[in-house]
Amino acid sequence: MPVIKVEGLSKIFGKNINQAKKLLDKGTTKDEILKQTGCTVGVNRASFEVEEGEVFVIMGLSGSGKSTLVRLLNRLIEPTEGSVLVDGEDLAKVDKQTLRKVRREKMSMVFQKFALFPHRTILENAGFGLEIQGLEKNEQTKKAKESLELVGLGDYINQYPEQLSGGMQQRVGLARALANDPEVLLMDEAFSALDPLIRKDMQDELLDLQANMKKTIIFITHDLDEALRIGDRIALMKDGSIVQIGSPEEILVNPANDYVEKFVEDVDRSKVLTAEHIMKRPETINIEKHGPRVALERMKDEGISSIYVTDGKRNLKGYVTADDASDARKNEIRDLNEILRTDVPTVKKDTSMNDIFEVIYDSPIPIAVVEDGKLFGIIVRGAVIAALAGEGEVKLSNA
Amino acid sequence: MLDFMEKIKIAEAVSAFTDWITDTFSFLFNPIKNQLGNFMDWFSDKLAAIPPIIVILIVVIAAFFISGKRVGLPIFSLIGLWLIYNQELWEELMFTFALVLVASILAVIIGVPFGILMSKSRTAESIITPILDFMQTMPAFVYLIPAVAFFGIGMVPGIFASVIFATPPTVRFTNLGIRQVSKELVEASDAFGSTGSQKLFKVELPMAKRTIMAGINQTVMLSLSMVVIASMIGSPGLGREVLSALQRAQVGPGFVAGIGIVILAIIIDRFTQNLNTEKKK
Ligand SMILES: Nc1ncnc2c1ncn2[C@@H]1O[C@H](COP(=O)(O)OP(=O)(O)OP(=O)(O)O)[C@@H](O)[C@H]1O
Ligand SMILES: [Mg+2]
Repeated sequence: MPVIKVEGLSKIFGKNINQAKKLLDKGTTKDEILKQTGCTVGVNRASFEVEEGEVFVIMGLSGSGKSTLVRLLNRLIEPTEGSVLVDGEDLAKVDKQTLRKVRREKMSMVFQKFALFPHRTILENAGFGLEIQGLEKNEQTKKAKESLELVGLGDYINQYPEQLSGGMQQRVGLARALANDPEVLLMDEAFSALDPLIRKDMQDELLDLQANMKKTIIFITHDLDEALRIGDRIALMKDGSIVQIGSPEEILVNPANDYVEKFVEDVDRSKVLTAEHIMKRPETINIEKHGPRVALERMKDEGISSIYVTDGKRNLKGYVTADDASDARKNEIRDLNEILRTDVPTVKKDTSMNDIFEVIYDSPIPIAVVEDGKLFGIIVRGAVIAALAGEGEVKLSNA
Repeated sequence: MLDFMEKIKIAEAVSAFTDWITDTFSFLFNPIKNQLGNFMDWFSDKLAAIPPIIVILIVVIAAFFISGKRVGLPIFSLIGLWLIYNQELWEELMFTFALVLVASILAVIIGVPFGILMSKSRTAESIITPILDFMQTMPAFVYLIPAVAFFGIGMVPGIFASVIFATPPTVRFTNLGIRQVSKELVEASDAFGSTGSQKLFKVELPMAKRTIMAGINQTVMLSLSMVVIASMIGSPGLGREVLSALQRAQVGPGFVAGIGIVILAIIIDRFTQNLNTEKKK
């Protein structure tokens, strides 16, 4: 069962809402409706479902209605029509008390400009939701601390927000949202205010958290790179309507219409073409801690036939294959070094798509993205093909 | 040309209205007059009974800590208060202070809730704003007339007039402060499921505190200025010294009492301002 099911959800800002609705039914455009009625169509009959544990990205240009849509989900903005079913309950219809309960227990929000309370310490910020729930003080502190430790800010609990950098502040924002242990995280351009390097870190961290905690995340962004990196599925918005929903590959390979195609090209033509942009977080095992047995387990869990091996500092050591590991287990070999293979196909972060293609063409395993001996990601063949398919024209011109 | 109508009897109407209020609500005014009058007598007597040296010491020490352990304000307070004592105006100072204190507290108690109401409702804002404008543009001593009509003469009408005159800044600044709280913070508080009062007390009021304190500072200063004017209707204190010097054209004593008022004003102003900045961190 989906955690969130949205059906025909609309928001029209302005006074002549009925008139605007009629025009909308007739298929009049957003601009035309604004001209005729003075109403702005924020969101136009959006429908989608979000499954448990999914990272659902909503992407679109500025003004396409992303913020409005995400605020309709927790009813910070009152919907004009349509329904938002959360665990089967229609939030658009519930009374205030029920709505508060849902906001306290099921959905938490992370904001673009952090929205931390400047008069509260980091700990008090992280504990805000718990305080609102009326949790007992000791419990509050304990949970808020745990949550801050989760995002790596355990040492800063007595500072004030203005004393932290942007990235750290947004970690607090994330900790505040996680402290409630919600089912759903709503993140409105949560990383857009951060500079690119920190942004990447935060994306990785979010994915890590997601892997451990299996939250359902609805993530808003106007950045295709970000959407591709973190989304399980992506919904593309234009003028308040959702124009396509699909996996990153689907969006790249089969753009639903000219708009999507243009978006995919314009926003990303040059950027998608380097290793950094299509690499995935690698599944790795640590040579200092793990043996063939763990390696085998991990590969089984992930459904892969080889796994990269690093040391505790992410320095790439090599890889092991499932076959070797399974033999090693039979023969009671404990040391990974004995079965470690070092003929690793590697590229750098800024290696271009074409060069990647040559390496991956005859490589039996995913290729490693390595910089200064450290493993940053892996690239699987599917990702390259998908990216190239979406960018066929570029491939030709580069060849 | 302009005399097509005889003079409209506004003044008469207002007088009649005031008389009517005085008669009709005397059941309300009389107890206030008596209770508050008794309290003020008791309070100002008690204040005046504390040995001046103790008051001065307390003020100087408080000034030291409030101004962030700097010495300017403490030294000024020490010399200023000693000078007033030296000029034998100590008792008057205590009376004035008692009036300002009580009037300001009442003004804040009344003003903050109205400010909150204004910030929460557009209707309330559009009704209260013109009233505040009216209250502030009216010359201060006009309030003395209904004050006397309702409460006779003495400290109580002085407080009444001061409260009316001094409340508007607190109301305005409370409203302003709450409306200035950034939309994102209000959203954040809503998104975590705050009730209206949780939002008010945990987010809006703390965020608006500095602005509200600036309003309170103005309220205190206005009520000090009104307390001086209120000496015209028999409020005791430094103002009365100025007034009587004025009536007898005695420049010297008038000047001395005036200096006393200035010293009190500066100390009160710096205290309320520093209370505000001190909590900034
Ligand atoms: N309170 C409001 N009143 C009127 N119109 C609004 C309001 N909020 C948003 N809109 C309009 O609704 C449309 C969608 O706005 P929204 O903020 O959801 O866009 P967005 O996709 O989040 O853009 P951005 O990337 O700039 O944040 C815009 O045309 C905007 O002008
Ligand atoms: Mg937005």
